[in-house]
Amino acid sequence: MRNDLVLRVVAKLLIPFILLFGLYVQFHGDFGPGGGFQAGVILAAAVIFYGLIYGLADALKLVPEAVVESMMALGVLIYGGVGVAGLLLGGNYLDYFVLDSNSVLGQHRGIFWVEIGVATTVSGVMLKIYYMFADRGNVDE
Amino acid sequence: MAFTLLVIARSRNLFGVIVLSGLYSFLMATVMVAMDAVDVAMTEASVGAGISTVLFLGALYLCKSEEARPLHKPWLPLVMSLSVGAVLIYGTLGLPEFSDPKAPIHVHVAPRYLNEMKQEVDVPNAVTAVLASYRGYDTLGETTVVFTAGAGVIALLRRRRKSPVA
Repeated sequence: MRNDLVLRVVAKLLIPFILLFGLYVQFHGDFGPGGGFQAGVILAAAVIFYGLIYGLADALKLVPEAVVESMMALGVLIYGGVGVAGLLLGGNYLDYFVLDSNSVLGQHRGIFWVEIGVATTVSGVMLKIYYMFADRGNVDE
Repeated sequence: MAFTLLVIARSRNLFGVIVLSGLYSFLMATVMVAMDAVDVAMTEASVGAGISTVLFLGALYLCKSEEARPLHKPWLPLVMSLSVGAVLIYGTLGLPEFSDPKAPIHVHVAPRYLNEMKQEVDVPNAVTAVLASYRGYDTLGETTVVFTAGAGVIALLRRRRKSPVA
């Protein structure tokens, strides 16, 4: 598919909007439908789209495998870190009230970071699975 | 949806089956929207119809696109799944009506979440508040499950690179 002009142009046009939509879903999740999981999937889908059109090698150049693998672990760490931060500030594990002097703002802050953690892990895992499958196609052994 | 399922079950062309399962996911997403579960619908559309289709296609690229004829007649599994399905449908008869306000799920913690969320969390999307705040532990578990799934895929599919000093 690499040489299809229509696909390449359409992909180039669409991918920024997909990424933007992913970020919108991420940060607007408090107000409308959406949240970390959906945003992570959409962000991963944008990169997978890029990989489908331009080839796996280019996608790997854009988002290297080391980044993807660390994203998988990093997301869970962020999530757990929010819990530990609550512990350190004198609450229970995953208590958001203590993250700010105003308990409601603390909740907002906790949810924000937790959602970022979810999005990071989900997009990392989705991308990794895609890389794994796509990579097996061109085995030269 | 039932028609899509029948075609999926009958068809031997795996490419068609993959496209149809994507279609099925989209139909499922519309059902979710009709039931006011927009968050779930979004997940279904992006994961079920988007990512899984791509992954299935990637897997299809690695194998033949025609399904092999099964060696045995599928009577025993068919009877099994039909009877389990019948039991499940029988079970749903005991459930309260859809959107019945007196259903147990609506009188336990849901009123507290909905009434006190404004003071406690103040996030307009109740789903997000419940997922990320009230049920934070569950979501942490889910994230860990996703992470574990990814780690499992890596463990299964990673090819051992030939060491440079061979």
